[in-house]
Amino acid sequence: MADTQNRRVVVTGLGATTPLGGDVPTTWQAVLDGTPGATPLAQDWAQLYGLPVTFAAQLAVPPIEVLAKVETRRLDPSAQYALIAAREAWADAGSPEVDGERLGVVVASGIGGVWTLLDQYDVLKEKGARRVFPLTVPMLMPNGPAAAVSLELGARGGVHTPVSACASGAEAIGYAAEMIRSGRADIVVAGGTEAAIHALPIAGFAAMQALSTRNEDPGGASRPYDTSRDGFVLGEGAGIVVLESEEHARSRGAHVYGEIAGCGITSDAHHIAAPDPVGAGAPRAIPPAPAEPDGAPSDVVHINAHATSTPVGDVAESASIIKALGSAADGVAVSATKSMTGHLLGAAGAVEAIFTVLALHHRLAPPTINLTDLDPDVHLDVVIDKPRALAGGDLLALNNSFGFGGHNVALAIRSAS
Amino acid sequence: MAHSEQEILSGLAEIVNEETGLPVDSVELDKNFTDDLDIDSLSMMTIVVNAEEKFGVRIPDDDVKNLSTVRDAVSYIHQAQG
Repeated sequence: MADTQNRRVVVTGLGATTPLGGDVPTTWQAVLDGTPGATPLAQDWAQLYGLPVTFAAQLAVPPIEVLAKVETRRLDPSAQYALIAAREAWADAGSPEVDGERLGVVVASGIGGVWTLLDQYDVLKEKGARRVFPLTVPMLMPNGPAAAVSLELGARGGVHTPVSACASGAEAIGYAAEMIRSGRADIVVAGGTEAAIHALPIAGFAAMQALSTRNEDPGGASRPYDTSRDGFVLGEGAGIVVLESEEHARSRGAHVYGEIAGCGITSDAHHIAAPDPVGAGAPRAIPPAPAEPDGAPSDVVHINAHATSTPVGDVAESASIIKALGSAADGVAVSATKSMTGHLLGAAGAVEAIFTVLALHHRLAPPTINLTDLDPDVHLDVVIDKPRALAGGDLLALNNSFGFGGHNVALAIRSAS
Repeated sequence: MAHSEQEILSGLAEIVNEETGLPVDSVELDKNFTDDLDIDSLSMMTIVVNAEEKFGVRIPDDDVKNLSTVRDAVSYIHQAQG
């Protein structure tokens, strides 16, 4: 194929299932409305196990309401969410005709099929090996959701699952963009999924003191940048985008939401869970990596921040943004949408990439809720309570994602021209 | 109390429906699990284990491969009830 290097990568389809809605339009409207997504847990894990956290940002529409019963039996919840989001994204892209060998899938997960793993361990202990479900391994493996999406769409151009904790979803989109840029694929379905609202992950995060314990006020618990923030709110769901070479999208007259202008990926090598306090790693990911100098810092008008609502992380990210953008950070509309969705771990970067694409598409930076007293160590122009209008013209935005292990990913997204 | 062959057929059909989504009335005695119902070996194991629980029988793995048709399974379970 002629000149397949450095092709431009556009976004032609969006799909999601989140704590705010079962699809992208419902979720986006809830974000603009400043709707909190966290609710009390249905399970009485506090009573059973002494869990100190009794709420989470649980999926708004249970998969059983949209999938066939057989699909819910044979797929881990993480794969169910991915399939729901992928179907929406693919339909939104107009169900494009594409050679399966030119179609790729990159769907990430931070934790993988933890429900299957733990449920089947219970079966093993209680009923013995013979009763363990034969699909246990394909259901618990972290590449299960990507595989399920590839089976659905007939994608034979490569199926991948980056695993980088809470940066996974963004890394998936970056990897997918590179597949198109380098000429490996014409279309890649990419994103992240997570279904880890289970007692064990909650207990583990709580043991790290990473979770908010504001049990009396779930909706007010995720409060990025607020002085009274006390940890993140565990969320679940999936976000999937359809990425396409600009040439391919134009040739079929596809609707273009925006462009993946670049993806910066760095690592801290500082600590397994804590961010580098001097911001040595993250700023090197922001803006796009040196190899992809598409968009100077001064172009950036909006950032969907990682901003999980942890005391240390939010301040470290603020320092990183200032360090990366310098005075160009002034007036950049920073949104912390985890204040509404909670933290979707491996899906967060993908769902927030969708928000970033839509913010440019609709020229509206989403609000940050629960921010009543801005931490004096946060020197950012945070969009609070109401959406903020963005200017017209050619705009660039960033979507930051950081993960345990020292993973830093910054996606640069440009408005559609 | 032993189940009749008709009860076993309808119970088996429910298990197959649960596992595969096939309509209950498509599970007929003459149907071949692999060729007609498109049930793979992994699904077959789940169906067997669920049938063991439902009908209180034991179907050793070595015998499962001889259960080609729905009739084979119904007869096996009926006799295994003792």
